[in-house]
Amino acid sequence: MTADPVVDPANWSCPAPLRDQPVVVMGHGGGGALSAELVEQVFIPAYGNATLAAMADSAVLELGGARLAFSTDSHVVRPLFFPGGSLGDLAVNGTVNDLAMSGARPAYLSAAFVLEEGVELSVVERIARAMGTAAEAAGVTIATGDTKVVESGHGDGVYVTTAGVGLVPDGVDIRPQRARPGDAVIVSGPIGLHGVAIMSVREGLEFGIEIASDTAPLAGLVAAMLDVTPDVHVLRDPTRGGLAASLNEIARASGTGVRLSERAIPVPDAVAGACGFLGLDPLYVANEGRLVAFVPRPAAEAVLAAMRAHPQGTGATLIGECVTEHPGMVVVSTGLGGTRVVDLPLGEQLPRIC
Amino acid sequence: MKYIDEFNDPDLARRLLDEIHATATRPWALMEVCGGQTHSIIRHGIDQLLPEQVELIHGPGCPVCVTPLDVIDKALEIASRPGVIFCSFGDMLRVPGTDRDLFRVKGEGGDVRVVYSPLDALELARKHPDREVVFFAIGFETTAPANAMAVHQARRLGLANFSLLVSHVRVPPAVEAIMSAPQCRVQGFLAAGHVCSVMGTAEYPELAERFGVPLVVTGFEPLDILEGIRRAVRQLERGEHRVENAYARAVREDGNPAALRMIQEVFEVADRNWRGIGRIPRSGWRLSEAFRAYDAEHRFDVGGIRTEEPAECRSGEVLQGLIKPTECAAFGTTCTPRTPLGATMVSSEGACAAYYLYRRMNSPMPQAARAAREEMNPVA
Repeated sequence: MTADPVVDPANWSCPAPLRDQPVVVMGHGGGGALSAELVEQVFIPAYGNATLAAMADSAVLELGGARLAFSTDSHVVRPLFFPGGSLGDLAVNGTVNDLAMSGARPAYLSAAFVLEEGVELSVVERIARAMGTAAEAAGVTIATGDTKVVESGHGDGVYVTTAGVGLVPDGVDIRPQRARPGDAVIVSGPIGLHGVAIMSVREGLEFGIEIASDTAPLAGLVAAMLDVTPDVHVLRDPTRGGLAASLNEIARASGTGVRLSERAIPVPDAVAGACGFLGLDPLYVANEGRLVAFVPRPAAEAVLAAMRAHPQGTGATLIGECVTEHPGMVVVSTGLGGTRVVDLPLGEQLPRIC
Repeated sequence: MKYIDEFNDPDLARRLLDEIHATATRPWALMEVCGGQTHSIIRHGIDQLLPEQVELIHGPGCPVCVTPLDVIDKALEIASRPGVIFCSFGDMLRVPGTDRDLFRVKGEGGDVRVVYSPLDALELARKHPDREVVFFAIGFETTAPANAMAVHQARRLGLANFSLLVSHVRVPPAVEAIMSAPQCRVQGFLAAGHVCSVMGTAEYPELAERFGVPLVVTGFEPLDILEGIRRAVRQLERGEHRVENAYARAVREDGNPAALRMIQEVFEVADRNWRGIGRIPRSGWRLSEAFRAYDAEHRFDVGGIRTEEPAECRSGEVLQGLIKPTECAAFGTTCTPRTPLGATMVSSEGACAAYYLYRRMNSPMPQAARAAREEMNPVA
């Protein structure tokens, strides 16, 4: 066990070596501190450019006079089909949502498949069809693709990587650094459904009622919000690492504090029950069809109304505000009147012993 | 969920808090025995709402925290062996042994799996007769019955490829050890409700009498904990010291007889080391002679492991309620959940981890962290 001076994980931007982790562990893909450390300490130094270092869900690039949002995402999920969706839905919605979180109108996607030898073609077909349907629903075209096959035992059935481009409207500047004290923090609906749905089928756990993933495209919802005000400061879809990870990233990138009201956060009973049973915190559970928005306070009510009028935002709720106190930190007021910090998760959440 | 929500009701909580404020006239120090209670107290901010006179001291009841380093090293050694499927509850995977943890073993190719029940591990043994399946059987009286059941079933099914790495601990000897320490400040206990739901309350009256402390059996929801505190403070103010059951919806005086029978059939009481505290006589269980064949320590010959804890770690004092986590010089500086020096920072139920995760805004920020944050956000 090491006893040398170390860095607070809350400040993973410090260019320290990857301590104690000579091999990749599952937590490196969990969307928490370990994932961020991998990007900051391995990928950004290797690629060396400011666009990537902005660490937004998608990069916003100037090209031929247009402002283009560009993003890519690999999708590995077990099982391939789950209540409420499939790998195909995630592969399309994931990239569409990453583009939408820059305020972009997504236009074109690519789709690259890595198939494992022995997978039934009917499975691949079901995934491809799900992608076609999801693309149509999101208003995007899958314009190019690639297929590779790996030997049996060298993959997990099917992996899909999608990349996408979209146009960012004039006057829209949405990025984590723009959060300001006084901003209202809004979540578009109930949290935790996707993560609990996947857990219930992957681990064979039953929670009394079927919980369906919330996977959905969010570009339409974002467009409805921007119709109310182009001055939305920050958007983020809280996927891996959940709401807690997204809010921590925004707090740190902007140097502001975030204060939430625990009782205002919409956690469905089924999610709360499953999390209670497993010793997990719904704030850290993954979502695939939700967004969190930071909007200037004067516009908050109008934005909320527009969100609630959209099918993907009927459950939109004001959950907190951006503050000058505790910069870089997310703090929640508990239902009883106490307070606690909501930290960036280290890796993936682990079920507790009892 | 309605049932659970009722135990979070802020109006009822306010009424209990008012009563505690009105009752406490002198300083009292109560210990919550269980890490789950500590977690709930810190998570809901209950300690912030109590009167100044009522101090909560965090007890040793975190199973992840008290599992000794040598047992963790044995787990790592067994999990690294080819042909082994090593099964564990999730929160043991990040606990560091002397030079690595179970996640590292998994990353290096070991077959380490998270299970939700020892019976899941048993099922793996049934499906993989050519592999040795080992379950990491840690915990208090709460997890012991299911672990005992798994071994019982393995024998009934004739599964010779299943074994347990056992590190079970018992609460009453720990209470006795805490109260016997000369520096002990604890005046009353919130006894762990789920432990009592298995074991009943028969072991406690003698302890309450001998040490002159109230023991209130307490659950885990915010109102459970406030009710436990209310009753303990009321007893202390009246000069009483007896066992009270404030968790009657789950705990009967005679516990769970079927679970007790299963424990008695499979385990026998033994002396055991507690990480950070040391050896406590008769404070653990090991597999009894009749089930010794299912003991992974015998099957895998891991007796030669020697370990050393970091000298600056004060987790033993935290576990005994002698200091608060923030009183340790290493807290939040050299010791964080990412680089824990001691068990109490490792487990999500550990007192140091709870303070680190939920209370950092009250702690002075370490100089290095402040500099990094300022560099990152020059505007802020």
